[in-house]
Amino acid sequence: MKWLTAERLRLLVPALSLVVLLAAVFYLQPRTMSYTGLNLLFNLAVPIALATIAQMLIMTVNDLDLSMGTFVSFVACVTATFLQTDPLTGALILVGCIAVYAGLGVIIHLRNLPSIVVTLGMSFVWSGLAVLLLPAPGGVAPDWIRWLMTSKPPLVPMAIVASVLIAVIAHFLVMRSAFGVVIRGVGGNERSVARAGWSVVRARAATYALAGFFAVLSGICLVGLTTSADANIALRYTLLSIAGVILGGGEFVGGRVSPIGAVIGALTLTLAASFLSFLKIPPDWQIGAQGAILIIVLALRLILNRRESVEKAK
Amino acid sequence: MNLVVRLLAKPWIWAFVAAFGVWLATILFTGGASTLGLSQAALTFAAFSIIVGLGQMFVITLGPGNVDLSIPATMTLAGTVALKVMDTNNDLIVAGIAATLAIGIAIGIANYGLIKLLRIPPIIATLSSSFIVQSTAIWYNRGIRIKPPAYLAEFSTASTLGIPNVAIVALVISIVAWVLLEKGIYGRWVSAIGQNMRAARLAGVPVDGVRFATYVFCAVLAALCGFLLSCFSGGAALNMGAEYLLTSIAVVIIGGTAVAGGFANVPGIWGASLFLFLVVSMLNTYGASAGVRLLLTGLIIIAVIIAASRKQTV
Repeated sequence: MKWLTAERLRLLVPALSLVVLLAAVFYLQPRTMSYTGLNLLFNLAVPIALATIAQMLIMTVNDLDLSMGTFVSFVACVTATFLQTDPLTGALILVGCIAVYAGLGVIIHLRNLPSIVVTLGMSFVWSGLAVLLLPAPGGVAPDWIRWLMTSKPPLVPMAIVASVLIAVIAHFLVMRSAFGVVIRGVGGNERSVARAGWSVVRARAATYALAGFFAVLSGICLVGLTTSADANIALRYTLLSIAGVILGGGEFVGGRVSPIGAVIGALTLTLAASFLSFLKIPPDWQIGAQGAILIIVLALRLILNRRESVEKAK
Repeated sequence: MNLVVRLLAKPWIWAFVAAFGVWLATILFTGGASTLGLSQAALTFAAFSIIVGLGQMFVITLGPGNVDLSIPATMTLAGTVALKVMDTNNDLIVAGIAATLAIGIAIGIANYGLIKLLRIPPIIATLSSSFIVQSTAIWYNRGIRIKPPAYLAEFSTASTLGIPNVAIVALVISIVAWVLLEKGIYGRWVSAIGQNMRAARLAGVPVDGVRFATYVFCAVLAALCGFLLSCFSGGAALNMGAEYLLTSIAVVIIGGTAVAGGFANVPGIWGASLFLFLVVSMLNTYGASAGVRLLLTGLIIIAVIIAASRKQTV
């Protein structure tokens, strides 16, 4: 049982939940067991996975971003307007957004502010900007992102290729790089990182900037799928991204996160929605059943975590 | 002079200073024509945020990670069920209030049950339960809009001695909360748990009992607020609680309650609730569009938080 480290055990529950859910969907609707079927099932998971990685980065340094949904909506609006008509201005706006995120990290650190409140304030700012940009749903997706999101690589659908790619890149950034060690250290013990000679403010700024970058990608991919945007397009991403990180075995404090788990969590949440519609649950209970699935998966995790602490005690 | 210095040291003073400033800016713009109307409207609408804010305040004071996201769903369910129970009949008002309280207590018990038994973070536990509660409300409501009993509709929209009745209700609840927090052992216990749960447990504080009571208290206040709001607005709507999710957190933090827990205050909730409503009505008076209004609300919230913050001391 040597290969079953705590880190891998942490991944086991989310992975198992995803497999079980997928098996249930295949059983209910065998036609999903095909290239097109899988693509349809997981298409919308790509932007959610990117937003979940962004949220996970913020959670790595013990913060929480309550503006994720409004920010992704704003990025979607920019993508469907400026990035399409005037790519240079559009790109500049998006780079500016990433700079704003880095600035938030600096302010939160220097003034010792609670991230929840600052991002709460920012959520008003982003949705205000989004409404100003697109008062009514509209805009057009740039051709290149449309092409990218609808492209059909051989054998494996785009949605799965993208999810694996996101998971691998995030894994190397957070779990395998020097930068990742520093930011997880900030989450674990900020003071010891500072005493070891690292600049915590720089680490936090970099974390926020990287989170902003992933959130920008999420918004762009979303427009690539929906072809147009509106100011409320991704509001539910705030809660979805938090739930995805937790489902994937991440924790709110202590820098204990798992990028692969976060992507699996995002896929599970997306699949749960399809699963419920295949079950023909009345629309009234759709949201409720989603809550029930969340609870069941977390209960499973509790059982396995107990096993983990028993192993440790031995 | 001494008094001024002592007042300035209070954490809640900034919320009141900000609220007064915005109030002054609005009535100066209209030449004092709307002073009475604006003050009454501010008290009325702030009352609803105050009632949910008080419950959220106790929950947040329990320490990092404690927050109740089921407030909007609880408000919706309580409003819908109570109005259906009363069925516009003045004689059934007591039954309606009983139903409201029962719903609050049941949701509070369910929330804490999930947190305790499944050991999941409160943010996820209350999020999952809110999905189920919301579904129940959708299923129960069936799109029918029932009017509140005439007596309640009259009570919730009228004023006594120029003060809106809902504001008086909020005042009574605030006084109870203040006594609980400042004069009773319960408030000491909540703060002790928020400062250090382990130390509190070792000191003999009944940690589980206090946390349980706090989640129930918060859900009951949310249910009451939903009840009052549905009477005030002439019927329950399925999305009527939505805006109170962010508002309930924002008023607690702007009011000077520590977001990391362990330190709460009641007056700040009043200052912050009045401030948030007055900002929106000021921007309305200036004729700002929806986008500008959101944008400025966000910027003002962030500015107030930065102004009230202290520099990093580490």
